Amino acid sequence: MSVENLTTPAAAVAAEEASTDKKSVLRLILKTPVGLASSIVLLAIVIFGASAPWLAPFDPGFTDLAQTNAPPFSGSFPLGGDASGRDILSRLMFATGSTLIAACVVLVVSLLLGASAGLVAGYYGGWFDSVASWVADVILALPGFALLIALYAVIGPNILVAMAVFGVLIAPSYFRLVRALVVNVRNELYVDAAKVSGLSDFRIISRHVLRAVRAPIIIQSSFVLGAGIGIQAGLEFLGLGDPTRPSWGGMLREAFNNIYLAGINVLWPALLVTVTILVFALLGNSIRDGLHAAGSRSHTLKAQALHQIQRDYTSSTPAPSRDAVTTAAQGGGADPHLSITDLVIGYPSSATTITEVVRGVNLDVQRGEIHGLVGESGSGKSQTAFSVLGILPKQALVLRGQVLYHGKNLLTDPGLQKSLLGKKIGYIPQEPMSNLDPTFTIGKQLVYGLRAVKDISRQQAKADLLKLLARVGINDPERTFNSYPHQISGGMAQRVLIAGAIAGDPEFIIADEPTTALDVTVQAEVLELLRELQRERQIGMILVTHNLGVVADICDRVSVMQHGRIVESNSAAELFASPQHEYTRMLLGATLDGSTLRDPLTSSPAQGA
Amino acid sequence: MLQFLLRKILSGLVLTIVVTAVTFMLIFNNGTAIARQVLGQNATAEQVAAKVQQLGLDQPVLLQYFKWLGNLLQGDLGVSYFTNEAVTSVLATRIPVTLSLVLVSLFFTMLISVIVGVAAAVRGGWLDSTLQFVSVAGAAIPNFVIAIGLVFMFALTIPLFPATGYVAFDYDTAAWARSLVLPVLAVLIGAVANSAQQFRGAMLDVLGQDYIRTLRTRGIPDRHIIFRHALRNAASPGLTILSLQTIALMGGVIVIEQVFALPGMGVLIGSAALQGDIPAVMGDVLFIVIVVVVVNIIVDLVNGWVNPKARIS
Repeated sequence: MSVENLTTPAAAVAAEEASTDKKSVLRLILKTPVGLASSIVLLAIVIFGASAPWLAPFDPGFTDLAQTNAPPFSGSFPLGGDASGRDILSRLMFATGSTLIAACVVLVVSLLLGASAGLVAGYYGGWFDSVASWVADVILALPGFALLIALYAVIGPNILVAMAVFGVLIAPSYFRLVRALVVNVRNELYVDAAKVSGLSDFRIISRHVLRAVRAPIIIQSSFVLGAGIGIQAGLEFLGLGDPTRPSWGGMLREAFNNIYLAGINVLWPALLVTVTILVFALLGNSIRDGLHAAGSRSHTLKAQALHQIQRDYTSSTPAPSRDAVTTAAQGGGADPHLSITDLVIGYPSSATTITEVVRGVNLDVQRGEIHGLVGESGSGKSQTAFSVLGILPKQALVLRGQVLYHGKNLLTDPGLQKSLLGKKIGYIPQEPMSNLDPTFTIGKQLVYGLRAVKDISRQQAKADLLKLLARVGINDPERTFNSYPHQISGGMAQRVLIAGAIAGDPEFIIADEPTTALDVTVQAEVLELLRELQRERQIGMILVTHNLGVVADICDRVSVMQHGRIVESNSAAELFASPQHEYTRMLLGATLDGSTLRDPLTSSPAQGA
Repeated sequence: MLQFLLRKILSGLVLTIVVTAVTFMLIFNNGTAIARQVLGQNATAEQVAAKVQQLGLDQPVLLQYFKWLGNLLQGDLGVSYFTNEAVTSVLATRIPVTLSLVLVSLFFTMLISVIVGVAAAVRGGWLDSTLQFVSVAGAAIPNFVIAIGLVFMFALTIPLFPATGYVAFDYDTAAWARSLVLPVLAVLIGAVANSAQQFRGAMLDVLGQDYIRTLRTRGIPDRHIIFRHALRNAASPGLTILSLQTIALMGGVIVIEQVFALPGMGVLIGSAALQGDIPAVMGDVLFIVIVVVVVNIIVDLVNGWVNPKARIS
């Protein structure tokens, strides 16, 4: 049965969703066609069941032997008669009423127990949290449905009590959900603020906490109602219901035993069970999806809008071509190693619009040059770098521009771009620990990478890599080679990643904030290493950073990015000596103290805030 | 690794004891109700009282549980109240039926869920949207309703597979397989809908990780990234899903067996509960817990093997 499924991650997704008030949950349901249709069907089922005492044509126990196994629409019984000659329609109506009541029992018991325990455990923590969490774990490990059957011996044919027990068994799903949500809310700043300002726990819970848990609880409840109905029908189908009263599962059981004589009778209760459970599932899903869509910032463009936007960009005059400053400052050879021209990258901001994050970037990197790309987070520097590697997120749209590697446009030739990765272009990522596959040893993943680009034996690859690990400053290469990522330090991991990037002897490297996650002392060492490697191998490099100190340390040229544009580009020496753009001056001012600039620049600019 | 294994076995034992104890206490704290269930609703108070005494239900519950546990260690689960047959020998005839159904279902659930989940996560598109839709319906509809639908179809219209009954594996393997087709199918639809969906989520999570991006930049081909790196990392959450599915499955097969008239544990626990044949019920609960515990230990071991971090925690 689907008891245990309720505690799987799918249900927990709700926990991540934003809080919403009651009115908007209702609106969310009614806004989607599925939600609206489900609500109407559910309402119809409720009316069907609730009106039984008044509208049912016959008493559920009324027997007319002439109607035994009568087909639908034939005699006085609208949907025909069952094996005992009773009216199927009337029995269905009464069964619907009692089924819905039993489902509500499940809901109330599990909600009261689980949610209140979760609230207390999440808000106060402490011993209650530990005990309650342990109990929840034990209950979850119980074979719930089997236990319900076993308890029949004690409970007897009383489906309401059985459903109350089921409510207890399923309560941990609420407990976990609410507890997680409350812990989250509790750690929010506004709750701290409320505490400091002396609000009582009761006020805080009712004001802040309850609001956050309401929508997820509604979603979970619709799944619990569905599960309750399924379990109930299952029990009754096994004959563990009350035989004196009509029930969906009981009617299924009777019809199933009679399947060769009047197979059609299976259809009605089966249909009702299926449709009702499905309706609850669809309701829950439509609320969740609605919340998700309202809360998430990722959008998908409609196909038509996408075409329109792409056409607009390609037809519009390309590039208000490089402005005077940039062209003059680019200098250098006519055949740059890497050249980015008029690059525009956008993300969908709704179904029909996009937001540009990179807006016409021009950038040349000469052979053997380290080109610093500086800017605040969100300025588009990483996006620019990723476009060279072809690893932009799926939603990203490259709207215009070229990335020319030795004069060949990588953006129009993804095959070529892929074939360059690892061989010609390497990548050093920002966060060392999250960039190693945790399930393989360092050695294995490096060997896989190296053998993907070089046709060498495993032993040869290992020998090469051990040398390389020693070269990047790892003292005991053999041990690191055999370690898992979680067994080494961040500084070590960053060296491993540098080794991984240069293992295939690339001639160009994209380094995305390679030192940001490291300690200051390790930072300096890693920068030194990069500089040495670059000199040794004459590698061209784009170094993405927000730290002008890093730029001062190792970059030949610098481009400063702001709001998706390059606002200034110059040799590092020139840029530090006489920053032209206001934003550059501001950045310099922010980093002046504490960072030592390279030799020729010790008489650093005095400007700045 | 050995220590890891021992710890898992120990926690499995604890779980077995806790679950059987809870079940035992819940059932046996009302000896009169059991006796009444055994004798039927027309029994007099004296008859019930005599039965309580005869069955030893008047002793303290805790004492009864320890007796049961002590006998269990000697391989004795008591005798049925009705047939006087040893519960162990009743179980012995039924376990192969249920295990066939459960293990075959688990195997295919895993296989199909991984294939569908990975394909949906990697390809997206129509396959993904179909999975989204089917998983809602498939996971929501109780599997015994699906089972009834299958019997309806195959028994009444296309007699392609036997709708009911069971053939022992060592008696006729082909017939055994044929007799399992419909029951397994009935279990699979819901289980796959659920697991594939979850596995897809796990896979998408992994594919969004930084190290996958970094591995791509090393020039490693996409199929290696997916099958060697992403799949292995998605295995941990995938295995958790599997162990939850096992618990769900142990409940699910009870009704499925009933529908397809498979003479397994499910049919036994149903009829035993109806009659009040408590020793048989307890034996059944024990079996279910042991299956859950064993599957969990295997899952933990596999998890420790694919995920080095799990070995320490």
